[in-house]
Amino acid sequence: MYDFNFHSASSVDDAASKLAAAKDGTVMAGGQTLIPVLKQRLASPSDVVSLAGAGLSGITNNGDSVTIGATTTHAAVAASGDVPAALRSVAEGIGDAQVRNRGTIGGSIANNDPAADYPAALLGLGATVTTNQRDIAADDFFIGLFETALNDGEIVKSVTFPNATKAAYAKFPNPASRYAMVGVFVAQAADGVRVAVTGATDCAHRGPRLEAALSANWSASALDGITIPPENLNSDIHGSAEYRANLVIVMAKRAVEAAG
Amino acid sequence: MATVSMTVNGQAVSGDVEGRTLLVQFLRENLNLTGTHVGCDTSQCGACVVHVNGDSMKSCTMLALEAEGADVTTIEGLAKGGELHPMQQAFKDNHGLQCGFCTPGMVMSAIDLVAKNPNPDEATIREQLEGNICRCTGYHNIVKAVQQAAQGG
Ligand SMILES: Cc1cc2nc3c(=O)[nH]c(=O)nc-3n(C[C@H](O)[C@H](O)[C@H](O)COP(=O)(O)OP(=O)(O)OC[C@H]3O[C@@H](n4cnc5c(N)ncnc54)[C@H](O)[C@@H]3O)c2cc1C
Ligand code: FES
Ligand code: FES
Repeated sequence: MYDFNFHSASSVDDAASKLAAAKDGTVMAGGQTLIPVLKQRLASPSDVVSLAGAGLSGITNNGDSVTIGATTTHAAVAASGDVPAALRSVAEGIGDAQVRNRGTIGGSIANNDPAADYPAALLGLGATVTTNQRDIAADDFFIGLFETALNDGEIVKSVTFPNATKAAYAKFPNPASRYAMVGVFVAQAADGVRVAVTGATDCAHRGPRLEAALSANWSASALDGITIPPENLNSDIHGSAEYRANLVIVMAKRAVEAAG
Repeated sequence: MATVSMTVNGQAVSGDVEGRTLLVQFLRENLNLTGTHVGCDTSQCGACVVHVNGDSMKSCTMLALEAEGADVTTIEGLAKGGELHPMQQAFKDNHGLQCGFCTPGMVMSAIDLVAKNPNPDEATIREQLEGNICRCTGYHNIVKAVQQAAQGG
């Protein structure tokens, strides 16, 4: 790891001004992605600004929606009675206990790993990301491989999830890393049926054909005849594109069954 | 260089570190607490697990400066007056270690898991230890040890 200047931000504004003053600065939340990246020298920022003391942690449920602060850990979300069960199960299934004790929702979505879990939950529930500059709908947030709609220096403050009538997440974890080989989030959301798939392509995305089938008939069997073309799906030593294509349908069915 | 201060195993400590100094480096190299191990550089093995403000964390995936003001417990802080912590004793009783490389992290994770799940079944123990890799034991006796410790030794 190359050396850098470390700063602790006391607020979002403080973090933004420390970033602006740095030659090539980056924010850090739980460090569960950033530190491994720095160790591999895949990034070499001049300055690292910690958000841990910026007051961005916490969960509020106002009856219609739940808002999760950017530096809220996966463990805190998994343990919160204010968080709907489907979202709790997403947090509970991330990595391992020690990663969940430090990793945060803001870091997970800003990083936008192709196999990350939270992006599927944001898309599946039609969440809104609030930054220090604006509100961004989940549908517009996840752009591509490790790419989001965030501008340089833009900081995620919180994520707001509207209530859904029914929702569940089913994930087939990679046995070694616990990241999703494929994960599917399904919901009867305020604006209709939503299906979001992670792990299968360069970043989480919605599945319009699965949504249409489940809108017509909310049951696992509604997905029976659907096949996902393997072109453009991820393929690696853990699973071929064809394998992942099949897994999308299998996980979608499990999610619908779990949602009831 | 910056100065970092924290409490480690009940004692106030401080030292000079770089921005990039990991908590595990500070513990091992500045404080000579070499019971906390480093088994990988991908944050996956759990040999480096310590408690920070009561929660188990990978000290290889945390900067020393992030622990400013924190209360840190390492494997060296468990035994009291020459007497093993019940979790250490349970690992010993159940042959929950062979080479012992993973053991410090395994024990620290296990103590946290029992604190949060006072009566864990086998599946819970295995799930909560997913972040700790052991190349020797096959995990079976580790799970037995955690069960024994959870039942009060
Ligand atoms: C062993 C292991 C297993 C894992 N398994 C899984 C898994 O199964 N599923 C899964 O989804 N993830 C998994 N992860 C990743 C984990 O969830 C991370 O916690 C998460 O990806 C990043 O969160 P963080 O808070 O640690 O962010 P950091 O590592 O601190 O930051 C990650 C990136 O996001 C940026 N960032 C952080 N916070 C903000 C913010 N508020 N605004 C703008 N940018 C920000 C940083 O600049 C950096 O580029 C795993 C990680 C490890 C080490
Ligand atoms: S040394 Fe392997 S997880 Fe920390
Ligand atoms: S006892 Fe050797 S790695 Fe676990």
